[in-house]
Amino acid sequence: MKKVGKWLALITVSLFTLTAVSSAMAADTIKVGVAGAHSGDLASYGLPTVNAAKLVVKKINASGGVLGKQVELLTEDDVCKPEVAGNTATKLVSDGAIVVIGHICSGATKSALGIYKNANIITISPSATSPDLTLSGEYPNFFRTIAHDAVQAQVQAKYAVETLKIKTVAILHDKGDYGKGQAELAQKYFTEAGVKVVLFEGVTPGAVDYSAIVTKVKSKKPELIIWGGYHPEASKIVTLMRKKKMNTIFMGGDGIKDDTFIKVAGEFAEGVYATGPRDISQNPLAIQAKKEHQDAYGSDPGAFYDNAYSATLAILNAIQKAGSTDYAAVVKALQTEDVETPLGKIKFDAKGDATGIGFSVYKIEKGAFAEQK
Amino acid sequence: MTAKHEIRKSIIASIWFMFLTFPIMVIKVNTVTNTIEWRWYNMALVGIGIFFLSMLWRYLLKKKEEGGKKEKKAGLSLIQRLLQEKQFALPGMVIIAVITIIFPHIFSMYQTNIMISALIFVMLGLGLNIVIGLAGLLVLGYAAFFAVGAYAYALLNLHYGVGFWIALPIGGILAALFGILLGYPVLRLRGDYLAIVTLGFGEIIRLVLENWNEFSFGPSGIKNIPKPGFFGIELSMQATTIYIFYIVVLLVVFTIFVINRLKNSRIGRAWTALKDDEIASQAMGIDKAKTKLRAFALGSTWAGMAGVVFAAKTTFINPASFTLWESVIILCTVVLGGMGSIAGVIAGALLLILLPEYMRDFGEFRMITFGAVLILMMIFRPGGMIEDVRKTYKFEK
Amino acid sequence: MDFEYFTQLFFGGLTRGSIYALIALGYTMVYGIIELINFAHGEIYMIGAFTGLIISSVLTMMGMPTLAVIILAGMAAIIYSCAYGYTMEKIAYKPLRNAPRLSALISAIGMSLFLQNYVLLAQTSDFLPFPSLVPEFKFWEPYSHILTTPELMILSTTVFVMILLTFLIKFTKIGKAMRATSQDKIMASLLGINVDQVISATFVVGSATAAIGGILIASHIGQINFYMGFIAGIKAFVAAVLGGIGSIPGAVLGSFVLGWTESFFTGYISSDYEDVFAFIFLVVILIFRPSGILGRSQTQKV
Repeated sequence: MKKVGKWLALITVSLFTLTAVSSAMAADTIKVGVAGAHSGDLASYGLPTVNAAKLVVKKINASGGVLGKQVELLTEDDVCKPEVAGNTATKLVSDGAIVVIGHICSGATKSALGIYKNANIITISPSATSPDLTLSGEYPNFFRTIAHDAVQAQVQAKYAVETLKIKTVAILHDKGDYGKGQAELAQKYFTEAGVKVVLFEGVTPGAVDYSAIVTKVKSKKPELIIWGGYHPEASKIVTLMRKKKMNTIFMGGDGIKDDTFIKVAGEFAEGVYATGPRDISQNPLAIQAKKEHQDAYGSDPGAFYDNAYSATLAILNAIQKAGSTDYAAVVKALQTEDVETPLGKIKFDAKGDATGIGFSVYKIEKGAFAEQK
Repeated sequence: MTAKHEIRKSIIASIWFMFLTFPIMVIKVNTVTNTIEWRWYNMALVGIGIFFLSMLWRYLLKKKEEGGKKEKKAGLSLIQRLLQEKQFALPGMVIIAVITIIFPHIFSMYQTNIMISALIFVMLGLGLNIVIGLAGLLVLGYAAFFAVGAYAYALLNLHYGVGFWIALPIGGILAALFGILLGYPVLRLRGDYLAIVTLGFGEIIRLVLENWNEFSFGPSGIKNIPKPGFFGIELSMQATTIYIFYIVVLLVVFTIFVINRLKNSRIGRAWTALKDDEIASQAMGIDKAKTKLRAFALGSTWAGMAGVVFAAKTTFINPASFTLWESVIILCTVVLGGMGSIAGVIAGALLLILLPEYMRDFGEFRMITFGAVLILMMIFRPGGMIEDVRKTYKFEK
Repeated sequence: MDFEYFTQLFFGGLTRGSIYALIALGYTMVYGIIELINFAHGEIYMIGAFTGLIISSVLTMMGMPTLAVIILAGMAAIIYSCAYGYTMEKIAYKPLRNAPRLSALISAIGMSLFLQNYVLLAQTSDFLPFPSLVPEFKFWEPYSHILTTPELMILSTTVFVMILLTFLIKFTKIGKAMRATSQDKIMASLLGINVDQVISATFVVGSATAAIGGILIASHIGQINFYMGFIAGIKAFVAAVLGGIGSIPGAVLGSFVLGWTESFFTGYISSDYEDVFAFIFLVVILIFRPSGILGRSQTQKV
């Protein structure tokens, strides 16, 4: 027992030193964490966010910063793995981040959010679309600039029933956190809309061949195939289906609304539907954001760039309007103050979802995504 | 053997590698714009780099060969001798103990967190060491037992509110049961056949967890797993981290103690005998089935307990944390450290888990470096960093 | 269900099995000679596919006719895969010939990681579209809903490669040397066989089959990335063990059995548990035949 007492004393002492250290560091600059997959196979989803944050911060710092202080970015990689995200989050907390932009994947976000919540750090994700991150109400510190998956599934079901007049559907997914979640929501909303789900199955990602599952889908004769997952498996399945002379309509979520999908599936991608964030290419801020990226990096921005750009703008704006980095004040500012972003004018509802953004249905026509009205 | 000869060999090597890396290093095709980027500077880099590397390579190999002869005469390496000297043992242990106790207080929470992960892998490594290092059974699905422990805690807590301290032994026992369940049918298999069946077993556990939503909540995992309680007091996040750190340290110490006792016990010697020669040891009256099953059960117990700690530490688990890759990493820690040697496995686990974390500065180059380190370590120290020293009994007239 | 459904699943499984077989052959040959699970073998298959893609796009842009592109790119892929296999053996396995077997396994794992990240860094982490190198045959048109032309190609190539390999091992001098080496390395070297050369030759032949597999599969599924070798490699390894590792007909049979198992299980039950079933099947087979379907049971010497 004596030993335990001694430890307890040590623990308390260290606790005080740690808090003292982190508050001392916070005085110089406003530290903003950026977390997501910056390496590994999902890096192409995470790196655009870093670029977006860098560009926004550069601009704001050039015009005097926030609350008269310069903004400093702390980028940390989580490889989209939940177990790594915990380390990433603690690193950001101990480095003194005040707000965090991220994480990119829902699973990693879930595992990191508890740590941010305990440390009173506001987290704003450009891409984590798992519904219960906001809907469960467990994380009052969480905000996002992307609509969650349930919205997406509703859009899909509505479009399929009203425009495409679909009566039977087969739902496939990649067994992953994101893909299976999407597929389950699709199952729910399609059933509610009176569509018969003839098949609901997961395929093994990375398998060398999908002919068995394609044969099975074919035998069930659905009018529509809904895909929950990312684009690599989707393009394999679509390619194989078309090669086997199957012309069933194929529809996926924002996981396949990526130019790589069109590039890889080539001619077979024609006619595929995908839901994705509403088209913002006419928004002047979005055009400007894209141009900034092209000037700085010499290439077109990648996935979730606009969402990340908007997230950075929104959070920095909220700190400015709140007049301090105090947690409650910033949360209040996020919920009450409108901000102009590439996604349009947004603020956040009580649960943390951005108002004024949503999903549209796109169809691939002549090698490009065309928004369907 | 002249310098001229050496240079010629190096030039041949560098030309060969320039040829080898030509399509992948030099050509980059942009399929969108249909243009080819020729990166000749890469070829020059490879050529020059390989020229010197090949010299270094041959020099080191030669040295290793000579060293190998010498070492046999000299007997034990420096570290091994240090470990055996009684007069260094006590002060060494005190220093290590002091460092561990003050570690979380002088380093940041991030460092402590990484250290917790590393120590969890030390536990896993030591557990697998029982199965591979002592009993010689090649298991490639060790992460499955890790998963059993983690899910045991998460699910028991979710449904019945079971706390960390009760879940810890339950997780261990459940994993042991799974170990026996796996061990029983594979008693007859040897070597690589055993490896592939255990690999399959590991994948089965992961895939079931991934697909059986009603039971394990599928790929979306279980979140909000409580951290261990401290006599009912709510601790802040920093304090909990430090608290978990001490729990893991204690568990590791306990593991070391148990394995050290096991190694020279009756079972331990039976394992070594079975590893060396199955038939001979059976002839000496060792019950093969019982001994092997004990190895499986005892080995998995640690994985189960490590799983419980892991779940409590990350507070969120999903099947993605228990893939084949994790099993492979644990295997690497054991072999890289030195099979059968406790100090070796600890060193291996710390190295393999801490290296990629601290190599974050290398950014995109960290995994390729990691791969190269694995190869080089094995070539220059095939027995592992700290080789196991077997107890020898001398017959004196 | 009806007969056509069954046929489609049957051929689907056969294609999948052929793909596994082309990779499994390399595994089983290397294992037969030096008893090493060559974890990096899947990476050789990936490098074959990448080389094929790079060379074929360069040649296409230079305006070569399609047939020439296919032949040249295919040959380049095979040559480069062989070169990589050869070099890999020299660097990562040869110095470990007399080391504990597990050390060689870890070295192989390191090699696998190294090659994956080498391609990732030198090329890209993105998925790349792979052109369909196999032309659509007119005469096959009516059957293409059951078996597409690339699938037909994969099937016939596997059979061809297997016949060729059997010939190589049964009737050529190097084949004889391989068999001798796999039985007893020391005795073989006493009889004047250059064991090092035989091992190199095995790696080269194994890599060549993997490269052929790589190109065919890539043009079948239409995309490649640096990670494609890992899962395919594991599956092929399972197939090789199922058939009896070290045995060439065993590897092919094991691959077909695995392919059919997966295909029929997906077709008639569910693809959710496809891999679970495949692994359970493997365990059951190995319980009743501990050295695989066609593996020789080894007599243990004391």
